[in-house]
Amino acid sequence: MSGSYFLRRLLLAVPTLFGVAVIVFVLLRVVPGDPIAMMIPPGAGADDIENLRRVYGLDQPMLVQFTRWLSDVARGDFGVSINLRQDVGRLVLSRLPASLELAVVATALAVLSGGLLAIAGVYWRGRWPEAVVDGLTGLTLAIPDFLWGLVFILVLGVLLPVLPISGRLDPRQAIAFSSQFYLAESLLRGEFRVLGMLFTHLVLPAAALALPLMAVIARMLKTSLSEAMTQDYVLVARVKGFTRGRIILREALRNAMIPTVTLTGVQFTFLVGGTVLVERIFSYPGIGNMAIGAVISRDLPLIQGLILTFAALFIAINLLVDLTTVMLNPRVRHG
Amino acid sequence: MAEWVRRSASRGGLWRALAGNGRVVFGGIVALVLVVVAVAAPVLAPHDPLRQDLLDSLLPPLWAGGDPRYLLGTDGLGRDIFSRLIFGARIALTVAVIAASLAALLGTLLGLMAGYFGRWVDTIISRLVDIWMAFPPVLLSIVLVAVIGAGLQAVIIAIVIVDWTRFCRVVRAEVLVQREQDYVTSAVTIGLSRWRILLGEILPNLVPVLLVLLTLEMGIAVIVEAILSFVGLSLSSDFPTWGGLIQEGRQYVYQSWWIMGLPVACIIVVVLGFNALGDGLRMVLDPVMRR
Amino acid sequence: MRAVLDIDDLHLRIGRMPVLRGVDLTVEAGQVHGLVGESGAGKTMVGRAVLGILPSAARITDGHVTFAGIDLINLPAASRRGLLGRRMSMIPQDPMTALNPVYRIGRQLTDVLRHSLGLGRQAARQRALELLEQVRIAEPGRVLRQYPHELSGGMRQRVLIASAFACGPEFIIADEPTTALDVTVQREILRLIRKLQQDKGTAILFVTHDLGVVAKICDRVSVIHSGRIVESGTASQLFAVPQHPYTKALFAATPRYDRPGNRLVPVPRQLTLRLLEDAAAYDQRRRMLRHA
Repeated sequence: MSGSYFLRRLLLAVPTLFGVAVIVFVLLRVVPGDPIAMMIPPGAGADDIENLRRVYGLDQPMLVQFTRWLSDVARGDFGVSINLRQDVGRLVLSRLPASLELAVVATALAVLSGGLLAIAGVYWRGRWPEAVVDGLTGLTLAIPDFLWGLVFILVLGVLLPVLPISGRLDPRQAIAFSSQFYLAESLLRGEFRVLGMLFTHLVLPAAALALPLMAVIARMLKTSLSEAMTQDYVLVARVKGFTRGRIILREALRNAMIPTVTLTGVQFTFLVGGTVLVERIFSYPGIGNMAIGAVISRDLPLIQGLILTFAALFIAINLLVDLTTVMLNPRVRHG
Repeated sequence: MAEWVRRSASRGGLWRALAGNGRVVFGGIVALVLVVVAVAAPVLAPHDPLRQDLLDSLLPPLWAGGDPRYLLGTDGLGRDIFSRLIFGARIALTVAVIAASLAALLGTLLGLMAGYFGRWVDTIISRLVDIWMAFPPVLLSIVLVAVIGAGLQAVIIAIVIVDWTRFCRVVRAEVLVQREQDYVTSAVTIGLSRWRILLGEILPNLVPVLLVLLTLEMGIAVIVEAILSFVGLSLSSDFPTWGGLIQEGRQYVYQSWWIMGLPVACIIVVVLGFNALGDGLRMVLDPVMRR
Repeated sequence: MRAVLDIDDLHLRIGRMPVLRGVDLTVEAGQVHGLVGESGAGKTMVGRAVLGILPSAARITDGHVTFAGIDLINLPAASRRGLLGRRMSMIPQDPMTALNPVYRIGRQLTDVLRHSLGLGRQAARQRALELLEQVRIAEPGRVLRQYPHELSGGMRQRVLIASAFACGPEFIIADEPTTALDVTVQREILRLIRKLQQDKGTAILFVTHDLGVVAKICDRVSVIHSGRIVESGTASQLFAVPQHPYTKALFAATPRYDRPGNRLVPVPRQLTLRLLEDAAAYDQRRRMLRHA
């Protein structure tokens, strides 16, 4: 299971991405609403409309439009946003860092809290903490991120107004960063006031995204950990005089992580998909929020670019999950 | 007779098992209340949900010292929130039932074919499911509604197109197991046609699984409908949808948090109810599936 | 002789099922003491009760277990962990599952050395190399860097034996350490355990169902049946003149290399029944123990 395996997986991603591109393109071409109609000023003549059509290539047959778009995309040119009149690639790149930071923090939260819950549940097996863990995972599993976001806004934003509920930064905060990765850059520059502000804005949307994934991780890991704790090597470790905590963390955990990572990989793509709505709810300036805006304003090139970005992200995540599983399991690594 | 019916011995035994399961009871009560409220909405609602009264806008609920005419207060246009919630239940239930059933129908059909016919049929359908999984489901439904045009119909179609894969994947996997069973072999040897075996022999054995999936899907449909009306792509904001109420309440959240809080609470209760019902059914109907 | 381990009237239940019903056993310093019985007789539970690694449903209801003068039954968990690894250890049954699949052999040998003896990283590695040499593993340096799945069953069992002897314990429980291995490897492993035991003067409680193995390695033997010791004595005594009818039956049911062609006779059921209150209980306890 080596480089060639990943090369094959990578190549398999190409037809999937192509399929996504085809479907997106076809779907969007049957839009009944005319995107041009929305961007012309009132009083423009039929000539103006025709002109615009030609500029955006919308007067060509669909197949021509598709091949042209596809070859542009292959060269990294995603077209120009109809609504925002900017290069789609540049627009997406300017918003992607905010979404990535949100997704990474949410994932970290989910993994950390889910892992802790599972470990606590196994450590205190058969006593009340286990019941608490089970109840918590059941509840968080049933309610999706969208609703958690709304609940957080109500409870922590309004009823006990402790955290901001919109945006990425306080609007009065001026920053002169060279990248859009504000969180990473403020950390590197040691600007902890900005970092703190970024974090207070990030924590509610990230928590809303994290909860369902946390539940999945907690449940899976707890099952795998309990299973690992019945293995003979755990018995051997007990006879070596190790404490229960050490055995869970250093003997069972790594074995239990292998099935957990595999099975939570799909759930992780749900987290990335969830950013779309959660960003909208919290007015967070990422690609998800941008996507909804683009759909509402029927901005075809932008929608296409964003959906392709999401699909590419999904495929990348699946690859990453595979890679992690292989790294964790020496039997596959050497096999 | 399908195995799950036989296993539950008698109908009476099945009912007793259902009534003895706390989740089924809780979920059943929630579903029942939802149905009653939806059906009897015109009788239950004290006001016309569309009637505006700008003089009475943003009134607090009764418990916070509001006007006794408006039990749960009014929204920004002076419409009665209680009545809007009741009529919202109607829309939520309609979408839940129709969208979930259609998604089940489409997904089950394709899943049966993929699982039983195999070969190129399976290849095409499985590949399609793979491609579907590469889309963020929420974004896909938003795009679809934008394509089809806003409205209840569009919402239902979007849910069906997005969520048929949930049924397809499970049904396909289940058929792969069932087709190896003895009863299928004997059906083949007595010369039943493939569709006859598929629909008459295999499908009845999938009923417990489908029932569970259908219940869970109804909960999902309620959420998706709320999401789409929240984004502004479902019915026009005049219509009393829960998602629309949330969207409106989001704007007034600092002045009148309950406009958003009440529909959120409604959705959470309904979603928890359907979830509990699905989990409970899984436990009662299929002890093998219990994890 | 000085007793290392003394078990006195040990009673143990799993759930409501009595598994041990008054076990008396004394293991003397530097000796290999065989504990022989059929599956379901409770022999593995004796070992696990001594080490304090019982399944969660198991309860000791009566009796004493004394190790080097220490009362093990009422010992706080932390003090028991202090004894484990350092002063007593175990050679497990199945070497295929007893090593952690995700870690290298080196880590699994050095962890107990560092934990129990407080050795540093380098010292522990040095000691691990010596240990692997003692269990006659060629190229110990390479084996330290390997993962369990890269080793054969016999090699893994050698590693586990090295691990059991690592901290120089006074007492080891060997729980059917050769059952999972094939016959040729079995003999080498037995010889290895015997040699290490004699060199270091370690006492071993050797749990097995195989009288042939007992003959090769044990100084003394106890026969356990249905949770009770039915006969105890030196190995030569027991083999020459078995006293208890169950022991005799057990011999009749064992293939003997020294008497080729002798007929094997299954242990008669009536005998079993007489030893137990009733047959149902016997079957039930066998089922329980298999799943415990």
